[in-house]
Amino acid sequence: MGTDAGPAEDRPSSPVVALDDAVAVLGRFPALAGVTLRVDRGDIVWLRGPNGAGKTTLLRLCAGLVPLTRGSGIVLGCDLRTERDQLRPLVGVLGHANGLYLDLTVAENVGFWGATVGASSDEIASVLDRLGLSLRLASLPVRRLSAGQQRRTAIACLIARRAALWLLDEPHSGLDAAGRDDIDAILRQAAASGATVMVASHEFDRAAPLATKTFDVIGGVIQAAGTRS
Amino acid sequence: MSERSPRDIMSAWWHTTRLIAKRDLLVEWRSRIALNQVFPFAGIVMVMFGFAIDDTRLMERIAPGLIMLATMFSLLILVQRSFAVESEDGALDALRTAGVSSSALFWGKSIAMAAQLAALEALLIVLAILLYGSTIRPSGVVLLIATWLAASWGLATVGTLYGGLAAGARGRETLLPLLLLPVVAPVLIGATRAVEAALGARGSVADGWPWMGLVAVFAAVFCAGGTLAFGPLIDE
Repeated sequence: MGTDAGPAEDRPSSPVVALDDAVAVLGRFPALAGVTLRVDRGDIVWLRGPNGAGKTTLLRLCAGLVPLTRGSGIVLGCDLRTERDQLRPLVGVLGHANGLYLDLTVAENVGFWGATVGASSDEIASVLDRLGLSLRLASLPVRRLSAGQQRRTAIACLIARRAALWLLDEPHSGLDAAGRDDIDAILRQAAASGATVMVASHEFDRAAPLATKTFDVIGGVIQAAGTRS
Repeated sequence: MSERSPRDIMSAWWHTTRLIAKRDLLVEWRSRIALNQVFPFAGIVMVMFGFAIDDTRLMERIAPGLIMLATMFSLLILVQRSFAVESEDGALDALRTAGVSSSALFWGKSIAMAAQLAALEALLIVLAILLYGSTIRPSGVVLLIATWLAASWGLATVGTLYGGLAAGARGRETLLPLLLLPVVAPVLIGATRAVEAALGARGSVADGWPWMGLVAVFAAVFCAGGTLAFGPLIDE
């Protein structure tokens, strides 16, 4: 699965995400109150914790969508204080919505998102093929797909965009068992090919076997971290 | 991060602008909303005006104003549709998170909307000729084309700007007309006077050019304003 790891790839030993005492304030509320963590290339990170603990804000901080108020943060070689605009194109965010154009076909959606980073038609075809979207599904409007197929299309768009860091918020929600298996397989494949994946999820059964690193986010800070080889 | 030359930046910006415009037109082509709903709606408005006025000479005189009014009512639907497509499955958020240039997004959406408005206005002029007996002065053809282009671009830029502003707001369907209609009043007035001159409904062709100038200035101001302000507006 082709990914372009971006600036961090120039320095293979440097972490993909390095936060040190990172504070992010939403309005006047400190959604993150001093997070320190390190994520390396190829990791699948599971962020777990109760609702409102700061998991989504942590993902958005890593995407350059939330400003860093205090502390330091480097993501894919970009400084979160000064290089958020450069960071955004390197990161793929998938929240509860898929970010797709429902009237366009699967191929047109993936083609559009790929074209935003100059992906060739061969690259797009390869992505569709790898995700099992190249045959009948490619020419179907997204509106007519199942929830799982739409999720798969959204992930195909992330790959076509050459996202080096995938930030996924509850990626399994709304999917049946087969759709969840598909997502897990895709994430493992992405990590194996060099992308880094951070997943915020409440689903222990799904996320635990998938993750190589686990962070417990509680009250805007990391309370515990675990690594599985 | 490697530095890019201004030429590379401009080339990437134009690539993204074309991509957005092409995508918006493709979405319209697939959904046929403008073709099957907006264009017939504008046509029905013209016919209803005809029923309400029921005076051939008066209709010929006020046809330019009716064309612009029907265009503006249709603009509201086109703008709603243009941003509904972006917000239906969170695509606008995805564009922001993907780092797509907000000014390229503004220009791309404006170009696609201007193309649809231009087609709509052309249809309405033909309808005015057929229904209201309007005629185009040969000497007014250039003025009519210039006004047609300037009004399409002006309405598209202001529609895109205010559509972006209302996109994340509660009650956007009712908020948009409240915000948009007062702002497009200069286009309604300027384009109506210019089209009146071009169709011979009022004054000479020379009288229409200053009004066309007003529409062009309006278009330029909102184009510049939208280029600068669209990013912060959709980020809010």
